[in-house]
Amino acid sequence: MRIESIAQFASLQEESRRRAADRRQQIMVCCGTGCLASGSKKVAEAFAEEVAKRGLDASVGMFVKTTGCHGFCERGPLVALLPSGILYTKVKPSNVGQIIDKTVLGGEVIPSLTYKNPADGQRISAYAEIPFYKHQLRVAMRNIGRIDPTDIRDAIAEGAYSGLAKALGEMTPEAVIEEVAIAGQRGRGGAGFNTARKWRSCRRAPGDRRFVLCNGDEGDPHSVLEGMVIGAWAVGAHEGFIYVRDEYPLAVVHLTIAMEQARSYGLLGDNIMGSGFDFDIRISRGGGAFVCGESSALMRSLEGKIGEPRAKYVHSTDKGLFDLPTVLNNVETWAGIGAIIERGGAWFASMGTERSKGTKAFSLVGKVKNTGLIELPMGTTLRRIIFDIGGGILGDRPFKAVQTGGPSGGCVPEALLDLPVDYERLTEAGSMMGSGGMIVMDDRTCMVDVARYFLKFLTEESCGKCVPCREGLQQLLHIFDRLVEGRGRPDDIPAIERLSRGMQLGSLCELGKSAPNPVLSTLRYFRSEYEAHIFGKSCPAGICRELTAYEIVPDLCDGCHACFKACPVNAITGTIKELHRIHHDACISCGACFDVCPTAAIRTFPKVELKTEVV
Amino acid sequence: MPTLTVNGKKVTVGEDAVILDAARCAGVHVPTLCQFDGLEPWGGCRLCVVDMWQQGWDENWFKMVTACNHPVAEGMRVFTSSERVLETRRVVLDLLLARCPETPLIQRIAAEHGISETSYEVNPTPTDCILCGLCTRVCDHIGVSAIASVNRGWGREIAPPFHQAPPDCIGCLACAEICPTRCIPYSEAAGSRRIWDKDFEMLRDPVTGEAVITKAQAEHFARRSGVPQGYFATSDGSKRRVMATTFTKLKVVG
Repeated sequence: MRIESIAQFASLQEESRRRAADRRQQIMVCCGTGCLASGSKKVAEAFAEEVAKRGLDASVGMFVKTTGCHGFCERGPLVALLPSGILYTKVKPSNVGQIIDKTVLGGEVIPSLTYKNPADGQRISAYAEIPFYKHQLRVAMRNIGRIDPTDIRDAIAEGAYSGLAKALGEMTPEAVIEEVAIAGQRGRGGAGFNTARKWRSCRRAPGDRRFVLCNGDEGDPHSVLEGMVIGAWAVGAHEGFIYVRDEYPLAVVHLTIAMEQARSYGLLGDNIMGSGFDFDIRISRGGGAFVCGESSALMRSLEGKIGEPRAKYVHSTDKGLFDLPTVLNNVETWAGIGAIIERGGAWFASMGTERSKGTKAFSLVGKVKNTGLIELPMGTTLRRIIFDIGGGILGDRPFKAVQTGGPSGGCVPEALLDLPVDYERLTEAGSMMGSGGMIVMDDRTCMVDVARYFLKFLTEESCGKCVPCREGLQQLLHIFDRLVEGRGRPDDIPAIERLSRGMQLGSLCELGKSAPNPVLSTLRYFRSEYEAHIFGKSCPAGICRELTAYEIVPDLCDGCHACFKACPVNAITGTIKELHRIHHDACISCGACFDVCPTAAIRTFPKVELKTEVV
Repeated sequence: MPTLTVNGKKVTVGEDAVILDAARCAGVHVPTLCQFDGLEPWGGCRLCVVDMWQQGWDENWFKMVTACNHPVAEGMRVFTSSERVLETRRVVLDLLLARCPETPLIQRIAAEHGISETSYEVNPTPTDCILCGLCTRVCDHIGVSAIASVNRGWGREIAPPFHQAPPDCIGCLACAEICPTRCIPYSEAAGSRRIWDKDFEMLRDPVTGEAVITKAQAEHFARRSGVPQGYFATSDGSKRRVMATTFTKLKVVG
């Protein structure tokens, strides 16, 4: 079926909604990357087989649907049930019969499969009541987990392409840009540039041929496509590219299917919805270089050249891909566009803070109880994200810092937990929004070691085109190698600060300019740790191996023998139910014993103290 | 024709000019390593950074940009030696000196900026290659692209494909000649030339017998220009002689 007019789209949507309503009992099995890895495909197959075998699809309208990522990857495979709204976690194929019998047909909850709130040990069966979801507000991810990404009718029933129909049917390109301007949406890729302003300059740029590009890895494919078509229409482009890294094969598969379906329905390609507007998209698979997230490097890569940034002072909206006017937006930015047009810019602008409107997706990982992909209104505090949604720190250890904005973001300390998350506030705190990464760290984290970790990543990912980034990162890494090995020099802190400043000012692209962020932010908030490494030759967190020794506190050891078994170098002696001992000459300070000890009987102390004891 | 100031001195330059052109017009020296007139600016060495102010900006707001590729604008004010500009240049040179501790060009420019010794860890395997990209860019410009930068970050280097004798190389020596530190080796013997581990046959001038050009280069030029190959294999001396002979045969009119 090909849609020839806006009215026909409305009737298709109506029909898709009826079809969805006929599915009276929906079993939605998450088949995102995380759940697939924990075996959700087998669960989905088991459900489908069982439903077909019993003929439940016809008799009670039971329907098994594989959906995109629900975000709560840590508890996968996830199975959500409609209309009951029950969420089951860590479902195995062996649970399938029981779920159909007891819950779907019997209306009874199976407590052992429900989510157990680590905060109070209570079982929660309702999807919407689980704290991880309760505090979220999803715009860009509005359909993820609800639709089958390989079924366009499913997406249409949930409202996909309604924004496009409205744009093509009722609005001029200028009115679309105006609506996006009212929304105040800013780029979700990191820099936070105003979307409408970008579109407007591209529309104004002279020339007949222009492009819209999507920098992205994964999302609900139809919301991304819809956003891009609207954007293309607004700026007057007929060609688009989606740049996806080849390391995300599932995203490529889903996008390819979604694009084929959209084309066959006349929602992409020539004469979209009978409006006379032509626009098509091609997928370009990237090699996974970090620097190719930078706009000019991404465009070079799309052109088939080496993916490195180009020094230029002309905006991409004037001279971008193939030197033609180009709008490049991040996948999350595009995914929000359909909703903005459908529901109005004012609705979007009603969420968030004064200068950062709408919602933002974050990848919450690290030492938190609930990890996963979340979306929240801008301005939500770090405390709410980490303690309400994330459920607090693993093992209830003390919170130390959260690293935001990806590898070149900064570390935000406990004192700033009540910081409302938006572009400006994160930048003021020495970090950044970036693409929304959040890594939570507990007290067993050495901030010097953390900075070194990110430096190492960036050293490997720097393209090496400009001197400050290529040589500067390498030299910073040399300094940090010295620090964690106890060879730090008194002038290392000023040297780090000088070099970081030089890199910020001198580097060609944002990778180099922002590379010192992890270093400078840790230096700003945890300077005493740096000083301890340099002057005290000790690692206060007890992490840096060259500086840390381990010992067993006699009063706390119950002789359980766990450390003995965990030690990879046989540096621990002791028999069961008796006091164990760590032999420092053999110990490699790996911390394996510390992590397994059930009574917290293992203590770290600076290795320098050990040396004086020996002497 | 925009008029701007460089360190307070007023200059008027062409519409397409970049800040570096304006600085040269004003007689102001801005150091560069990866810039070469005739090749598209690259902005990789970051030595030519300057502070710049444009009309409509806050009085105290300056942007640091590279002079080699930033277009000029009416009323622009350029400052080539503000403290942060000099400091950024010093950091760049300090880093380059750590990479290339034995390279005379880097030693000289670093010394001009007050750096006699690097404050960073010296490269254990010193090189003369500053990765300015001039060699690969000139090779692209000629339409050959026989060499490229390979690997990224600290591991970046200039190399032919798979580190083997480059099949596309025409032996023109443009890469070796443009290299500011002269670090691309080549050798010439009677009738042959060797660069990038590839041997080239030289074409000889039919009259004088001197080796003029590699056969591959003459073929490349002939293909690109439509001019017969023999023209490129003629030495300059021979060309002058041919011209002089032609002149003697000309009938003088009037």
